[in-house]
Amino acid sequence: MNEIAVVKSELEIRFPDAVRKDDREGFQGYIVEKESLVEVATALRDDFGYDYLTSVTGVDYIEEDILEAVYHFYRSTGGKELVLHVQTPRNNPVIPSLYKIFHGVDFQEREAWDLIGIKFEGHPDLRRILLWEGFNGHPLQKDWKEAFYVEEKKPFDNRWPEGKIQQIEELNKFGKNVRYPENFHDPESWKPEHEDLLYAGLLDLAEKTGSGLETDHVVINMGPQHPSTHGVFRMAVVVDGETITALKPVMGYLHRNHEKIGERNTYIQNIPYTDRLDYISSLSNNFGYAMAVEKLLGYTNEIPERAEYLRVIMAELTRISNHLWAIGFLLNDLGAYFTPSLYAIQERELILDIFEEVTGARMMNNYHRFGGVAKDILPDAMKKIENLVLDRLPRKVDELDKYLTKSELLQSRTEGVGVLTPEDAINMCAVGPVLRASGVPYDVRRADPYSIYDRFDFDVAVRYHGDTYDRYLIRMDEIHQSLRILQQALKDIPEGPILLRNPYNIKAPKGEAYGRVEGPKGELGFYIVSDGTSNPYRYHVRSPSFINLTGLEKMCVGQKVADVVVILGSIDIILGEVDR
Amino acid sequence: MAEKNKITVPDELKSTVAVTDIQEVFDGNLIEKAYNWGRRNSVWPMFFGLACCAIEMISTAASRFDLSRFGMEVMRPSPRQSDLLIISGTVTKKMLPAIVRLYNQMPEPKYVIAMGACASGGGPFKEGYNVIAGIDKYLPVDVYVPGCPPTPQALLFGLMKLQEKIDNQKISETSWYDKENAGDPIPIPVLGPDIMDPKDFDKIRKQAKG
Repeated sequence: MNEIAVVKSELEIRFPDAVRKDDREGFQGYIVEKESLVEVATALRDDFGYDYLTSVTGVDYIEEDILEAVYHFYRSTGGKELVLHVQTPRNNPVIPSLYKIFHGVDFQEREAWDLIGIKFEGHPDLRRILLWEGFNGHPLQKDWKEAFYVEEKKPFDNRWPEGKIQQIEELNKFGKNVRYPENFHDPESWKPEHEDLLYAGLLDLAEKTGSGLETDHVVINMGPQHPSTHGVFRMAVVVDGETITALKPVMGYLHRNHEKIGERNTYIQNIPYTDRLDYISSLSNNFGYAMAVEKLLGYTNEIPERAEYLRVIMAELTRISNHLWAIGFLLNDLGAYFTPSLYAIQERELILDIFEEVTGARMMNNYHRFGGVAKDILPDAMKKIENLVLDRLPRKVDELDKYLTKSELLQSRTEGVGVLTPEDAINMCAVGPVLRASGVPYDVRRADPYSIYDRFDFDVAVRYHGDTYDRYLIRMDEIHQSLRILQQALKDIPEGPILLRNPYNIKAPKGEAYGRVEGPKGELGFYIVSDGTSNPYRYHVRSPSFINLTGLEKMCVGQKVADVVVILGSIDIILGEVDR
Repeated sequence: MAEKNKITVPDELKSTVAVTDIQEVFDGNLIEKAYNWGRRNSVWPMFFGLACCAIEMISTAASRFDLSRFGMEVMRPSPRQSDLLIISGTVTKKMLPAIVRLYNQMPEPKYVIAMGACASGGGPFKEGYNVIAGIDKYLPVDVYVPGCPPTPQALLFGLMKLQEKIDNQKISETSWYDKENAGDPIPIPVLGPDIMDPKDFDKIRKQAKG
């Protein structure tokens, strides 16, 4: 009996009434009674070592009339997942919050409340997160229909009635993408119920952390249009003089409804959408999604050898280009206006050239397929990759290293700024470079190896101070490690087929699957539930940027206003992935 | 001026060099020409990225494609200092009030480029419940740049088209020096149960009754 099986049977023995095996077809893990969820989760963390709760997903099973929350637990020392399902009736969907045990569920529970409508009892700040207060309904419930609703599932039959294209605008009363509740008649005096909760909560926090002196707190809104928020991110900051006393991230300004659209799409139609999640590392997103669907389909061990190598080569090139970009723009945030990032972008452009040659697009690569990849790397492009990996990139990265790493200005602005302790990092489900810079050597490529990463010789980069400087250094380290992997992959890549079988029109068997990869920003997971048709029943993205932001407040409180920008830059968020 | 003394400007310099002669002064075109020549070569875009297209916009500004060849490298983070709003990505309902506000704050003459499929018409996310299917439903758009995302070359072409547009504008016909017809600010949409355009308030009331 392996280790996980031992834990599972012990769990059943310890909580005989509360925990039962999930025996639905294709499902794994346990169904936990909601009354004892907190107790079971505490035991998992303290006694079984599952101290790393990475993903919380809400699912609407409308036919069974239940809403379900799915929890994916891991050990921070590595290993496979343990999945808990908690069910609640649809007419009164309440589940106890795990906020007190795992701070990392903060945003994820708010997201499940916002989009699915599960109330998490005991969550201190259960507001909408991606949409705004007052929005009508919970859009990921299966009976909620968008304004441009056509049919449940693609491909739509009505797109060509009698050979004539029908514009979706013609079907809408207002001719645009809006729909109002039927009894809504007073737009002028509209005032949503909880609109001022954000500021009320913020000032409340500021009071608690105040020094006791009667001082005025000022609320500053940074963003959504701000040159250093890396997109349309907004932070509501309370300052006491120059010092930050409270901070709340506000997001959703780029919420593009990936999940609702993804559940209408067929499986293959979702691949180009994953490109647009973390839009500067598209190939990693493709990878994660393809892996999750392959798990459903049972392809995992049949992927052709060459395809696996191509996937790894492209993923590692993506990581390098992402980290170059992140470093360049971190320096931008520090005030080294555009000079370092111009050097970084120069190298990134060369990597993009390779992507363009291989996949046909600079950014939106749409490259992975279920069971392989779409196109082979031709000898010409291979030559370019070799030149880049063996010669140019090591030189150029050393050059960046030489001018930046020991720079006194960089050090004095970043050392000791925005510290995240390892305990906090694990508790807040931080992933990727943010987690590893805090001294936790957790890398999905090693902790739960996927694809062919177990064949390569590389180190998990880890740094121990948890400050902004270490988060900068760790990206440098990871570029070096990626170059190592690439050098081995380029040497060993075999000839052969690149695709298992035709990936179009697949029907996935019933069940659930969670595929995760170590993207450049951290663990990127896709949770998919299939009902046996050619469209996913539930499609959820566990995005690293989004959940890494949980730690932002902790890192920023007590720092100066000018450092907030730098700390945010060091987390390296991409808004397409934060808001999805 | 005699024919043999006529100055010929090489094609690649035509956009940056203005050649004029005394005849144009008599015709009254000189001011127009100088005015447009100055404006077309110093368009300051707003430093404002929305989504994926913003990355390509930054790449365009970087050394390989080099926006400064067009006099456009001075990206201003403040709308008060910028002439051009590049809508670089998907416009969501939650973001729309902020964008309309930014546009209203820009001084005339101002231009809008809808960069990419999303800004032009909703793109792949058109059916989304939080997505505006094209910024042109709210702001006047001067140039549409297709692509998802448009390559830097495509954006540069879009900017050159904008320069052409500027070249052909006449001071006597533009609205921004005209006291009577100077445009009103665009009404700012409100986040209700769904996004509400103040222009649609009547329709919303009607739908509730009927």
